[in-house]
Amino acid sequence: MNWLQNFTLPSTGSVFAGEVDSLFWFITWVSVFFFLLITVLIFYSVWKYKYRAGRRTPHLEHNTKLEIIWTVVPSIILVVVFFWGFAGYIAGAVPPANAMEIQVTGKKWVWSFEYPDGTRSVNEIHVPVNRPVKLVMTSEDVIHDFFIPDMRVKKDVVPGRYTQEWFNPTELGTHVVFCAQYCGKGHSDMLAKVIVETQAQYENWLATGGEEMQKMPLKELGAKVYEEKGCSTCHSLDGSKGNCPSWKGIWAGSNKMQDGRTMVVDENYVRKTMMEPGNMLLPGYDNIMPSFQGLLREREITGVIEFIKAQK
Amino acid sequence: MANAVAYEQKHSPNYLNATRGIWSWMTTVDHKRIGVMYLVSVLTAFLAGGIFALLIRIEHLTPKRTIMGAETYNQMFTLHGAIMVFLFIIPSVPAALGNFVMPLMLGAKDVAFPRLNLMSYYLWVCGACLALGAIVTGGVDTGWTFYTPYSTTTTGSVTWMTMGAFVLGFSSIFTGLNFIATVHKLRAPGMGWFQMPLFVWGIYATAIIQVLATPVLGITLLLLVMERAFKIGIFDPAIGGDPVLFQHFFWFYSHPAVYIMILPGMAIISEVIPTFSRKTIFGYRMIAFSSIAIALIGFLVWGHHMFVSGQSELATTIFSALTFLVAIPSAIKVFNWVATMYKGNISLEAPMLYAISFLLLFAIGGLTGIYLGALSTDVHLHDTYFVVAHFHYVMMGGTVIAFIAGLHYWWPKITGHMYSETWARWGCALVFIGFNMTFFTQFILGSRGMPRRYYNYLDQFQPLHAFSSYGSFILGGGLFLTAIYLLASLRGPMNAPVNPWGGTTLEWQTQSPPIEHNFEGQPHATTPYDYREVVETHV
Repeated sequence: MNWLQNFTLPSTGSVFAGEVDSLFWFITWVSVFFFLLITVLIFYSVWKYKYRAGRRTPHLEHNTKLEIIWTVVPSIILVVVFFWGFAGYIAGAVPPANAMEIQVTGKKWVWSFEYPDGTRSVNEIHVPVNRPVKLVMTSEDVIHDFFIPDMRVKKDVVPGRYTQEWFNPTELGTHVVFCAQYCGKGHSDMLAKVIVETQAQYENWLATGGEEMQKMPLKELGAKVYEEKGCSTCHSLDGSKGNCPSWKGIWAGSNKMQDGRTMVVDENYVRKTMMEPGNMLLPGYDNIMPSFQGLLREREITGVIEFIKAQK
Repeated sequence: MANAVAYEQKHSPNYLNATRGIWSWMTTVDHKRIGVMYLVSVLTAFLAGGIFALLIRIEHLTPKRTIMGAETYNQMFTLHGAIMVFLFIIPSVPAALGNFVMPLMLGAKDVAFPRLNLMSYYLWVCGACLALGAIVTGGVDTGWTFYTPYSTTTTGSVTWMTMGAFVLGFSSIFTGLNFIATVHKLRAPGMGWFQMPLFVWGIYATAIIQVLATPVLGITLLLLVMERAFKIGIFDPAIGGDPVLFQHFFWFYSHPAVYIMILPGMAIISEVIPTFSRKTIFGYRMIAFSSIAIALIGFLVWGHHMFVSGQSELATTIFSALTFLVAIPSAIKVFNWVATMYKGNISLEAPMLYAISFLLLFAIGGLTGIYLGALSTDVHLHDTYFVVAHFHYVMMGGTVIAFIAGLHYWWPKITGHMYSETWARWGCALVFIGFNMTFFTQFILGSRGMPRRYYNYLDQFQPLHAFSSYGSFILGGGLFLTAIYLLASLRGPMNAPVNPWGGTTLEWQTQSPPIEHNFEGQPHATTPYDYREVVETHV
């Protein structure tokens, strides 16, 4: 039945995910049984008791024994399902004491993360395999939701309070994260990645940002940042105007700002826009861009500048 | 004998031709005319909501932009949801079919408060105009759930739309009040509570919820409007409010509203199945009591919409247990309907075909509710297409299919015309196949992790999304065909017999369409669904 599992559910990124799946399949087989039972009874009656003019039908008003059976049996099954689901829910609600904590902040439409050692990242977290991870989450604007299908975990990320979820990753590789609570125009682009690595890879990433960060050519790195860190949700490359200015052909142009200054788009302009977007507003645009202060590494910022240069 | 009755009908006055002119309709207090006006109005809303649905499905043929931008898409699914829930499904069975049929079933001349009934209708029109105003003045992109703080901070016409829902709420409350009074006071001689048709029991249970739950929605939406206008700081955390409080308030109405939508659907099925099985309903009292049980327990399960909202683990656990409790009465009803068919004398005219479709689709809707009531599986499935599929199986596969069953069942009584049975069977087949293609696919999309309300989606979901969209085109075609043959029947002769299906309830004892005051003289009630004497049919 492996094909059925693979067709129906995402891959299992943790032991917990497998336990959720067991209940999923239990409910599925119970449902299939009852659905077939009802279907067979209906079609049997339609076929066997097809209309014939003048046929009399028995006056069956009720049958206490039958009614008790069809009340009690489903009730017992539902009690089992309730306790099974409850056990899984409590396991998912209580993180182990040794879990590594990562702070998560949602803001339209990017996820930012902060590690215990102060390392920060955007739209991707790196975690070592087989070590429980606890996410402490809050939002800076509206309600978001941090959903990792492969881990079978999901929790709303609410402004003004903290929520948490945890998982113990067992599968190396990349697991997608969706924002699952509707949050506006960029909702369906508010994705992130959980990258599960060996302990050594993880430590290397914390120290240096990983191999790609060190070796990838700047322009390519900039393109990667553009796609993965949320820039592409608002800034187009083809000149179309959305909530934010397009990057097409802006390099070296001169801009009249909302506050009346005239500025030339150069390295410092781009950097300042990323760090203090509220002070760099262009006429006709709202102050909606999140600040990337402290969230990107130097080489990533330079990459973005190189990438913008290339957008002729 | 039958021919003689049919012949005489053509020449006798009925509620449609008793008075003439548009003014006589606009000022009517006849429950039948108000029912027909509701029917035309809610079907117009259904058409609008359906067009939005098809546009959404066309957009999802490809993972990125197909025909519209993200902002338009967000407005589309908001309008689809708000129109279908507030303007179509909630008033569909009670206010349209219920208004027409229920007083007839009780052997009454009208509802208890005929003028209030007309006012309910005009409030519906006002609410619809406000919703239209919201579309014209910029649109709404909050989703039909209006979650804060998104809804208090977004631009657009949220205030128009919420005021529309507020006014529609009063329309619903007045209808509920009217029906409760009607059931208590206007039953024909000989009709005790347990001689009432089960349709009346269903509408009665619905009316209780309408009266008790809808005011909470009204207050919640007013608070939302005040939050937007005056920043009173009740929902928006930036000014000291609590966004999750809104969800509690909203679902305290909107979960019972699910039962406002499904109970009348179940009520129709309880009429159609005994009639076309020509056999007494199995477990009359259990069906009647389970309607009331669902209405009452339904008030205590709102928190199951909030398992991942951050509400406390204890609350979540209690809401899960109560949710399973409310599942039992629904299961009992399904078993009762199936048992009614057993050893019956079953013919498969269009209303019965739709009733059987209902049984199958509602069973799937109910069974998939188990995944969502169970805590650990809900955490994975919440806010994915699995939920979308689940509530479409209940709301559309359940209520709307039952509504179409009822529309076909009472069409001869309402209009005096018989529709084409052949076309009706084709329509039903298309709707059934199209519906399952559209929404069964979405269960798999959801369990694989596809979140709802997504404009763009990952390439891996494309084949399933496209398949679902193709299904929706078939579904749309089936409904379009249904509209055509029903409207075409109006051009034919007024040849509907008094009792085309051999029904045992009182509405089948007056002519089709009924006279202005429903019955010649006061009818006396007997036990419904008694098929020990062969009931004369004129098929």
